[in-house]
Amino acid sequence: MAKMSIAEALREAIREEMRRDERVFCLGEDIDIPGGFGGAFTVTLGLSKEFGHERILDTPISEIMIAGAAVGAAMTGMIPIADVQYGDFLFCMMDQLADNAAKMTYMSGGTVSVPMVMRAPVGATTRGAQHAQSLESFFTHVPGLKIICPSTAYDAKGLLKTAIRDKNPVVVFEHKLLYGSKGNRAEKSALSPVGEVPEEEYLIPFGEGVIRREGTDITIVANLLMVYRAMEAAEILEKEGISVEVIDPRTLVPFDYELVLSSIKKTSRLMIVEEDTRRNGWGAEVAAQIAEDGLYYLDAPIIRVATYDVPIPFAPVMENFVVPSAARIAEAARKLMKA
Amino acid sequence: MKTENELVLSKADKNKAAARLLEMYEQMFLLRSYEEKIYFLFLEGVMPGTIHQSQGQEACAVGMLFDLRKEDYMTSTHRPAGHCLAKGVSLDSMMAEMFAKSTGCCKGKGGAMHTGDISVGAIPAIAITAGGMPVAVGVGLSCKMRRTDNVVVCFFGDGASNEGAFHEAMNAAAIWKLPVVFVCENNFYGASTHIKLVTNIENIADRASAYGMPGEVVEGNDVELVNEAATRAIARARKGEGPTIIELKTYRRCGHSRNDACAYRDKVEEKEWYAKDPLIISKNRILEEKYATAEELEQIEKRVLQRIEDAVEYAKNSPDPKPEDALEHVYAV
Repeated sequence: MAKMSIAEALREAIREEMRRDERVFCLGEDIDIPGGFGGAFTVTLGLSKEFGHERILDTPISEIMIAGAAVGAAMTGMIPIADVQYGDFLFCMMDQLADNAAKMTYMSGGTVSVPMVMRAPVGATTRGAQHAQSLESFFTHVPGLKIICPSTAYDAKGLLKTAIRDKNPVVVFEHKLLYGSKGNRAEKSALSPVGEVPEEEYLIPFGEGVIRREGTDITIVANLLMVYRAMEAAEILEKEGISVEVIDPRTLVPFDYELVLSSIKKTSRLMIVEEDTRRNGWGAEVAAQIAEDGLYYLDAPIIRVATYDVPIPFAPVMENFVVPSAARIAEAARKLMKA
Repeated sequence: MKTENELVLSKADKNKAAARLLEMYEQMFLLRSYEEKIYFLFLEGVMPGTIHQSQGQEACAVGMLFDLRKEDYMTSTHRPAGHCLAKGVSLDSMMAEMFAKSTGCCKGKGGAMHTGDISVGAIPAIAITAGGMPVAVGVGLSCKMRRTDNVVVCFFGDGASNEGAFHEAMNAAAIWKLPVVFVCENNFYGASTHIKLVTNIENIADRASAYGMPGEVVEGNDVELVNEAATRAIARARKGEGPTIIELKTYRRCGHSRNDACAYRDKVEEKEWYAKDPLIISKNRILEEKYATAEELEQIEKRVLQRIEDAVEYAKNSPDPKPEDALEHVYAV
């Protein structure tokens, strides 16, 4: 076992897969320029030393091209891992992802596959509205894409390796405050979770969530940074006699509904916490699906705690207000217990 | 005085040129007849969907793709029928796709605008204007990274040249010296809008210098001229010397899509271009050079028309997809 940050775990996953399969390569902006950053959050730092700049390909600032080139390379025998510095830039390449990556297999009657990975950092980090958004719900809506969101180093490595071996386009959402990036790329308010990562190879299948904390009164489903906020809230609530079970779905498409259903059979209360804005979010979809399949297990309405429906503001005092905090989650839980 | 040997060689060359032009003519006639057949079937209401046809632009597809290998690639647009036939997608599977049958090249899931068959290097057509250009960059990157000498021919229209994707694709292909041949079929109209209204320069290919790559403007209705330009650009790409822009000046004999009487086009302009029809140019040359007789050409045309009738029969007799087939192929397994 080695102790690793998420940035290091992602880097290890890329390194191992590039060693295993020469079709795998990385492309993106500033991903390993000598003297540069190794990607905005150091994930690809130093990989060109082993694999050269042909396989760790620094691109022009051309998001449409990055995504389109990934699609074209993936269709013709390569396995690209594309990268954007901030998730918000995915909007620049939306046509390539939603119209080409996601639809090519289907439109061709299954004769084409697009085995590509699109990595994107999300989360509010006092950079203002255009480097802050959590974009999961834009992409969970698109048939043909798979969506994953690792929140620990162990999951980051195992899920990314699975993504690289998947025959379909996989969008990986990574949280800026969870990378544990070092040096001048470290985030001020980062949690920097360092986790145990086995030396031996392992893969984590998509569609299998995990219980981060067992409890009996309320089930909270949360992803990325919100897993940690929910855990913090659970600590607070435990002192008040409220026992919270925290589920991290780890992948949003496919989604582990079985795990949530089995949890609410025990707790009979469900809360969904997401950093994505609330309206039409993935949390709304989970709530609707659980209402269809598990309404009679519930003793109270399903509630969502999400970022308010505003662009992310800059001032830390406002940013902290709009993004769910442990205190806000705990308060919602208290209300839910009385419902 | 030429030696006997040289005379034999030049005769061999002439035979070769004759054989090539006859084959190109046959292909162009196939493209034209296929689309005319589709047009009538569409008017009869036999076919679902819409149509974006390329009658008049056959020399572009055939001249560019004539010397490609099966392992080479081609990306196309919302107007892909000619490109696909010229790249070797089977006539039967294309016709069946138009009839929305399960034997179609996309199993009835793609339709006219996504025609293609990756097994012959025809990337399923991308119908978002300029959307295929960054994809062609990726295909070129893949050809290069896999250490092949394969190339990709990337078709786009004059309208695509003002998309951001055009710029990003051109620049990337140039800096990485990718084996991409960018082919602008300039038919002067993006749907109903004349290129002069939306572009300040005469030739799209003039933009090549901005990317540090060669650009060439070619009479796009002369299949031999198109093929000569293609030969130069493909050779350059195969040698790893990078991309080229070839601009083919051409003209649609048809509307942009269904029910388009082209009221936005000048009738004199139309007449002039119709006189420069690519099939007429080639046919005249074949007869002038005595590559074949009029009767021999008629035989070729008859053969092609029979193939099209057979394809229609094949498509009509093919099974419909099951409605629930719609739920398959969302993900590759």
